Amino acid sequence: MDETVAEFIKRTILKIPMNELITILKAWDFLSENQLQTINFRQRKESVVQHLVWLCEEKQASVNDAALLDIIYTQFHQHQKIWDVFQMSKEPGEDVDLFDMKQFKNSFKKILQRALKNVTVSFRETEENAVWIRIAWGTQYTKPNQYKPTYVVYYSQTPYAFTSSRLRRNAPLLGQIFESHNSTTPLQERNLGLDVNMDSRIIHENIVEKERVQQITQETFGDYPQPQLEFAQYKLETKFKSDLNGSILAEREEPLRCLIKFSSPHLLEALKSLAPAGIADAPLSPLLTCIPNKRMNYFKIRDK
Amino acid sequence: MSVLRPLDKLPSLNTATILLVGIEDALLQQLADSMLKEDCASELKVHLAKSLPLPSSVNRPRIDLIVFVINLHSKYSLQNTEESLRHVDASFFLGKVCFLATGAGRESHCSIHRHTVVKLAHTYQSPLLYCDLEVEAFRATMAQRLVRMLQVCAGHVPGVSALNLLSLLRSSEGPSLEDM
Repeated sequence: MDETVAEFIKRTILKIPMNELITILKAWDFLSENQLQTINFRQRKESVVQHLVWLCEEKQASVNDAALLDIIYTQFHQHQKIWDVFQMSKEPGEDVDLFDMKQFKNSFKKILQRALKNVTVSFRETEENAVWIRIAWGTQYTKPNQYKPTYVVYYSQTPYAFTSSRLRRNAPLLGQIFESHNSTTPLQERNLGLDVNMDSRIIHENIVEKERVQQITQETFGDYPQPQLEFAQYKLETKFKSDLNGSILAEREEPLRCLIKFSSPHLLEALKSLAPAGIADAPLSPLLTCIPNKRMNYFKIRDK
Repeated sequence: MSVLRPLDKLPSLNTATILLVGIEDALLQQLADSMLKEDCASELKVHLAKSLPLPSSVNRPRIDLIVFVINLHSKYSLQNTEESLRHVDASFFLGKVCFLATGAGRESHCSIHRHTVVKLAHTYQSPLLYCDLEVEAFRATMAQRLVRMLQVCAGHVPGVSALNLLSLLRSSEGPSLEDM
């Protein structure tokens, strides 16, 4: 095994906190159960790491195996990274292609390797139709730098992709790859809570309004599942506005400061279901609906 | 006119119509489904509306009972009810209106004080029922009760009128508001 690979594996394992180590190693599935059992995880961390690296050497771990371990570590610690979101837009009249994961991975790798000689590309699929792509960049003359990889998480059933570091010159290349694979599933059935009411004894008086709300919600959020987002934060720094004259707050020179934080296991789906559920009026405030378009979820609102 | 009146239409044969008014459509739908599961000699019709006034374009039967569903978790729900009440003729409040408060079970989520809805019901001289509509068992029980009330309000129960029922329900209430 290459010395650089050994060093890379060692440094990756050192990053993993002890309480997560066994879980991550099991998810990696490179070392067998038997091999893991030979390790005493109660020792000092350095000894455990040394033992693990030695086992990997015995099994001749490759750079790809090491890259996979790095992906798993990052998946466990994804909240420690800042992600940029890219949204692919469709040209009018483009056909909807069905998405083939295998084909996508093959051509992704080929395109990158053709363009840049030295690059390591690794993939890991997850349950939510998402594929994690790890790219380690090198140049024509240097081997890929495994310590500064870029991550791209692509949700194949949506037009969204998340990236983990400023891409600079490599962005157009990745953009091109996604263009050739831009696809969404055929329009899914609208299931925003408008159950088809089979019982004719139940009459919805506001059916027109219900349909209007459905329409607006669909226009704002689209038919596809929303990207998974857990927080949105709004910092307000505005002066008090009121119809009443001469209130103490209105005379205040300093702007009022306020922080509003929304959190949810799936914030955008929750916002999408607000109007159909009758909890909020449609259309929703543009401050909420602009999150996918502006690709940001931290806002500062000031007086103009 | 956009005001609902109880006796402006002729009744249909053996039909009893209830109008559920509330902002959360899913809850109303579930309650309607539960009501229709009940065995009932009368033909039931359930109308669901988010608010009043109702759109005038719909051809609807005479409404026998209006239930305003108020979600104690939502001030918007209370506000919606208060605004809708303006579109109900006074004669409806002779036993053909009732208030249903949901969400009392999750105290920490309640943003409307119980006293507020008690006062509202008292102002409109109408019964106030509590039921966590999200819980299936409670909903089924409430549905049974509403079906029975509806039959009385539609005049399908001989010897009992809506007004009778109203005075019966009122006397079983606790101390009056002034004593609270």
